Amino acid sequence: MRAPTHCVRREDLWVRGGRILDPEKLFFEERRVADERRDCGGRILAPGFIDVQINGGFGVDFSQATEDVGSGVALVARRILSHGVTSFCPTLVTSPPEVYHKVVPQIPVKSGGPHGAGVLGLHLEGPFISREKRGAHPEAHLRSFEADAFQDLLATYGPLDNVRIVTLAPELGRSHEVIRALTARGICVSLGHSVADLRAAEDAVWSGATFITHLFNAMLPFHHRDPGIVGLLTSDRLPAGRCIFYGMIADGTHTNPAALRIAHRAHPQGLVLVTDAIPALGLGNGRHTLGQQEVEVDGLTAYVAGTKTLSGSIAPMDVCVRHFLQATGCSVESALEAASLHPAQLLGLEKSKGTLDFGADADFVVLDDSLHVQATYISGELVWQADAARQ
Amino acid sequence: MKLIILEHYSQASEWAAKYIRNRIIQFNPGPEKYFTLGLPTGSTPLGCYKKLIEYYKNGDLSFKYVKTFNMDEYVGLPRDHPESYHSFMWNNFFKHIDIHPENTHILDGNAVDLQAECDAFEEKIKAAGGIELFVGGIGPDGHIAFNEPGSSLVSRTRVKTLAMDTILANARFFDGELTKVPTMALTVGVGTVMDAREVMILITGAHKAFALYKAIEEGVNHMWTVSAFQQHPRTVFVCDEDATLELKVKTVKYFKAPPQVNRKGYIYSTNFGI
Repeated sequence: MRAPTHCVRREDLWVRGGRILDPEKLFFEERRVADERRDCGGRILAPGFIDVQINGGFGVDFSQATEDVGSGVALVARRILSHGVTSFCPTLVTSPPEVYHKVVPQIPVKSGGPHGAGVLGLHLEGPFISREKRGAHPEAHLRSFEADAFQDLLATYGPLDNVRIVTLAPELGRSHEVIRALTARGICVSLGHSVADLRAAEDAVWSGATFITHLFNAMLPFHHRDPGIVGLLTSDRLPAGRCIFYGMIADGTHTNPAALRIAHRAHPQGLVLVTDAIPALGLGNGRHTLGQQEVEVDGLTAYVAGTKTLSGSIAPMDVCVRHFLQATGCSVESALEAASLHPAQLLGLEKSKGTLDFGADADFVVLDDSLHVQATYISGELVWQADAARQ
Repeated sequence: MKLIILEHYSQASEWAAKYIRNRIIQFNPGPEKYFTLGLPTGSTPLGCYKKLIEYYKNGDLSFKYVKTFNMDEYVGLPRDHPESYHSFMWNNFFKHIDIHPENTHILDGNAVDLQAECDAFEEKIKAAGGIELFVGGIGPDGHIAFNEPGSSLVSRTRVKTLAMDTILANARFFDGELTKVPTMALTVGVGTVMDAREVMILITGAHKAFALYKAIEEGVNHMWTVSAFQQHPRTVFVCDEDATLELKVKTVKYFKAPPQVNRKGYIYSTNFGI
């Protein structure tokens, strides 16, 4: 019996030193048994969820240049543990350079633990995006890199050490130089907030883009003679062996279930569930701040104040997983992998995150049969537990 | 011998598991007195292992004071290969029960000195006080463990080359590719198993019927090494109906006869005596 093979199986999970352990090796080589056993009552153990697009939550706005950005990130990191998220990419929306210069250095990559989910790096969504498809991003701060390509980007963001993902519109002039430069630095390039046609999108993938930011939203709609960015899901003009990943907000609002099913059926391996959660996540109805703008929350939906433009989701990750499962009728394994394995693969972390393979970090969640989070573990340590589960 | 015939594979597996369970419980093992159990691999004992796991999970049986000795292991196959006998025992038995790893013994097919490994195994059996009950199966060519046709009936643990029949039978575990099946194995000898105080052979399925016939209705012969157990003082053959297809009706009727009560009220069965 080797590593897990994309299905739920009746097995024990062994952990040592914060990593998943191979019990057969322990038995035959070290001749040892378990020091401690925890009965999970037949519940599902799944890799911890990874959220690669989350703008804030619980009143914290990652795009606000406060004096103590760190404690805001820490608060969100701790609160999302109850959603089953064990790693995330704090996301900054389109902002003026001063904000990036102030905020980015204050959010370093950090391992998770009892203090909260791990920070894998920042997701910078904008400002190099399309005016027409800016969505909730403030028009005043949109930029281009026509003048000096990558240097323009560096001048805007500042040092890129803490950056993991950049969302940009590939139709902007000199984007290919920028995409190549970012990819060369190990930064994931995502296409989004764009009016690119399929050809431009494919070219961007050839330059190194590997992700699509919230598919369907803020891009040209699918058209049968030019599918646009959506067409990447089934394009036959991509580099051989390259899997294009795409984020989907499965909160029941941002994407019609039928559209969710079309994408899932077209390219299930690339689907990455994201929350795109805004600071109002976990807060309730009313007015809240996102970036440089005001938003209005009503139930599970949030709009740019005074408009009908969606402003981001407030559905927690586990709600998205359950909604995705129910809307697509997919298997439990597919739904769970969309929130764990696929984002890990996107970021090239699949050996240590998003999996229960031997040697991987022991970041996992205990779920009941309807995929409600009962407990969250990071590095093999219990970091959150539902009240009902406490004994 | 005792020949226990059950209707189907599941009943034969259950009978064998109950027998092992009862023997262990009656033996009443403890820290100074371990129950030594010889164990097989393959598809035949799977049902028996499942039942034993069930008895452990029910709290009826503990393996805390049981020492196990497996019959064989392939040479040259990595220990963590899914088809190694180490993997088999871990996945189908050890990981589900409370046996301590120190009390399990499986030959190491990757030892630097294979014969030294075999000799050490014999010493371990001796040090454990000999085998109380050795459970085994039978190959289609009538072999016990990997004592292929032509093996000495007084052999000890050693390296053996697999016969073509065995390679063909095992190919199904290696994607049907003959070239992937190991060609050599370390195995306990016929003599090693004969030394056990009791031997139980599980034989199920029509494809084993001819081998069973050769083993118990013909003479002791090194071409059908299971036949050696005709000369063991305490052997039980546990089969399903299909495995008896090549036996004489007379043999089957004799051993299937239900227990009788004689004039003095004494209950006897053909399977009470040896």
